[in-house]
Amino acid sequence: MDTKWSPYLFVAPFFVIFGIFGLFPLVYTAWVSLHQWSMGGSGTFIGFENYLELFDDPNFWNATINTLGMLVLATVPQLLIALVLASLLNQGLRRLTFLRVGVLLPIVTSVAAIGIVFSQIYDRDAGMVNGMLGLIGVDAVDWRADKWSSWIAISTMVNWRWTGYNALIYLAAMQSVPRDLYEAATVDGASRIRQFWSITVPMIRPAIIFTVIISTIAGMQLFTEPLIFGQGSYAISGGSLRQFQTLSMYMFEKAFRDFDYGYGSAVAWMIFVLIMLLALINFLVMRKGK
Amino acid sequence: MPVRLRRTLLATALAGALAATSACGGEAEDSAEPGKTTLVVKTFSQFGYEQLFAEYEASHPDISIEEENIGKLGDYLPKLQQWIATGEGAGDVVALEEGILSQFMANPQHFVNLFDHGAAELESNFLDWKWQQALTPDGNKLVGLGTDIGAQGMCYRTDLFAAAGLPTDREAVGELWPTWEDYLATGKRFLNGGTGAHFFDSSNGIYQNILMQQGDHTYYDTSNNLVIDSNPAVRTAWDMTIDMVESGLSANIEPWSPQWNAGFKNGKFATIPCPSWMLGTIEKQSGPENADKWDVAKVPGDGAVRGGSFLAVPTQSEHQAEAAELVKFLTSPEGQIAAFKSKNNFPSSPQAIDDPAVQNFTNDYFNNAPVGKIFGESAKAIQPVYLGPDNNPIGDRVSNALVAVEQGKLSPDEAWKKAVEDAKRLVN
Repeated sequence: MDTKWSPYLFVAPFFVIFGIFGLFPLVYTAWVSLHQWSMGGSGTFIGFENYLELFDDPNFWNATINTLGMLVLATVPQLLIALVLASLLNQGLRRLTFLRVGVLLPIVTSVAAIGIVFSQIYDRDAGMVNGMLGLIGVDAVDWRADKWSSWIAISTMVNWRWTGYNALIYLAAMQSVPRDLYEAATVDGASRIRQFWSITVPMIRPAIIFTVIISTIAGMQLFTEPLIFGQGSYAISGGSLRQFQTLSMYMFEKAFRDFDYGYGSAVAWMIFVLIMLLALINFLVMRKGK
Repeated sequence: MPVRLRRTLLATALAGALAATSACGGEAEDSAEPGKTTLVVKTFSQFGYEQLFAEYEASHPDISIEEENIGKLGDYLPKLQQWIATGEGAGDVVALEEGILSQFMANPQHFVNLFDHGAAELESNFLDWKWQQALTPDGNKLVGLGTDIGAQGMCYRTDLFAAAGLPTDREAVGELWPTWEDYLATGKRFLNGGTGAHFFDSSNGIYQNILMQQGDHTYYDTSNNLVIDSNPAVRTAWDMTIDMVESGLSANIEPWSPQWNAGFKNGKFATIPCPSWMLGTIEKQSGPENADKWDVAKVPGDGAVRGGSFLAVPTQSEHQAEAAELVKFLTSPEGQIAAFKSKNNFPSSPQAIDDPAVQNFTNDYFNNAPVGKIFGESAKAIQPVYLGPDNNPIGDRVSNALVAVEQGKLSPDEAWKKAVEDAKRLVN
């Protein structure tokens, strides 16, 4: 076959699939977001009116703050713990494979199962956390009623699930750090902690950038955990005062509960824009630190 | 993971793509059995049609029926919307809960006019208000035929009532609360009884119930203007509910949550306003160990309904005539009686309600309560209520405001203001 065109043929499947499942939906969603679009499947073109309304919508900003708040609460501890975990696993421990598999286990658990189990742990009347708080004389907390408490409850679910996954990525990166760097540092009298910050962390920077960006994207799309945590007949609002409604939940509520596809699409596009922004910030900060 | 966003976008994209192609129609022809027409019926929760389908297939050898059921109404609604929006997937018959129906009444063009299939002569088979609900304002188009109605009773725990020194006999219990004020007074007596349980599960059910008894209309007037803050009916229901919450009657347990399910088992609340379709849920959640502890009395005020469904034929169906015939069969008085016996879905047909099979029907889990009679009286006593297009989403927002009061997060005044503002923002 001719060598000039065949490479394009080989890479074509990716671009075709991306075009159908990635690019087209993106553009189509943008198109819908410019309409007053309800049940009928088409609607009147209203330009950027949905976006203007959105900027004036306290529920949208509330969802944005909730999403960013839980993103920070879930991502920062998750990545720090993963780093520590990975460096522990990187020591010459026995039964290492067993432990490595162990940290990976939470990731194979279904999100729904995690949501249900943690919802019970944080139950107001019969939950384990309130039970333990009771032992030390603290009053029971209605975890769904406040922003801070619901954010903590949801963030623990995310942390529990993804920490091991990130730890394994770090571990893989750590394995390729040359041993002699550590030996030289030991000869120079650097402590283990000093070695960790001055050798390990800088050497695995690409892995850290990768996990930060991936976790940010995942955090921006947080949906199942808060939805299951919310419970009840109208869980999509994320609590009585939208204490823990995320952007994805708000998008779903507008499109599928309120029958307003145009507005829902506008929210979807804002999620996309926010993710791009955050990814860019991450990238710039990380590059500057180099 | 990015998969989630992509999936959402994908769904939207497919919706668009399908909308574009569906005009040229042509779904794969009935593959199952040659020469037979397969009718796909989409339902949620439980409609109790298994027996009826078998019967219908036996008398119509050229028809085979497939039921596709989705467990929860909340999961059914978004799917139904996608089917309707994309013009693909809705099958031949769809079930519409009354709140969903009122949302769809703004776009009746997606459903077949059942008048074109001889439904006009069936009017006397349905309670008048049930018939009106599926009728366009100009009276020219009938979108659906009624299946069941959520006729209300008040379910209560005899063991908790006895422990609190209240009567347990269902007649005597019904006499405790001719009105909601009496219900509140009884609730206070119950709390003084020191059982540790609350009087009802959450403000949600109580509020809905009082609201639906105020008659005529709720958040919208009959010309679809939003009247949430000027309709005294809404304010009355709100104020009464707030009174009960402030008197400590509510256990503040969200309906349909795991705590709610556990609450039935552990006796966390003594009463719950129960539409007939909820009896099955109560029985299932309370479990056999609580058999005979539940009973059903009349609901305070003059009867009420909450929920209840319709069957409609989407215009995308390729077998509209056959589907309409099936709808007429399933919603006939006989069909409704069969569904009631199977799953407690209370008939919307006066003939079916008066039928001895319904009138004499008792529920052994609830101390052999004559539920057919109790719910029948409730259904006949009520005044029809008009529900506007965004009735359900507005209802959600009002309930949330009530929950915020229960949780102590908002004062009643703040909560009321918020509910009104939310409703206005939604409609604009």
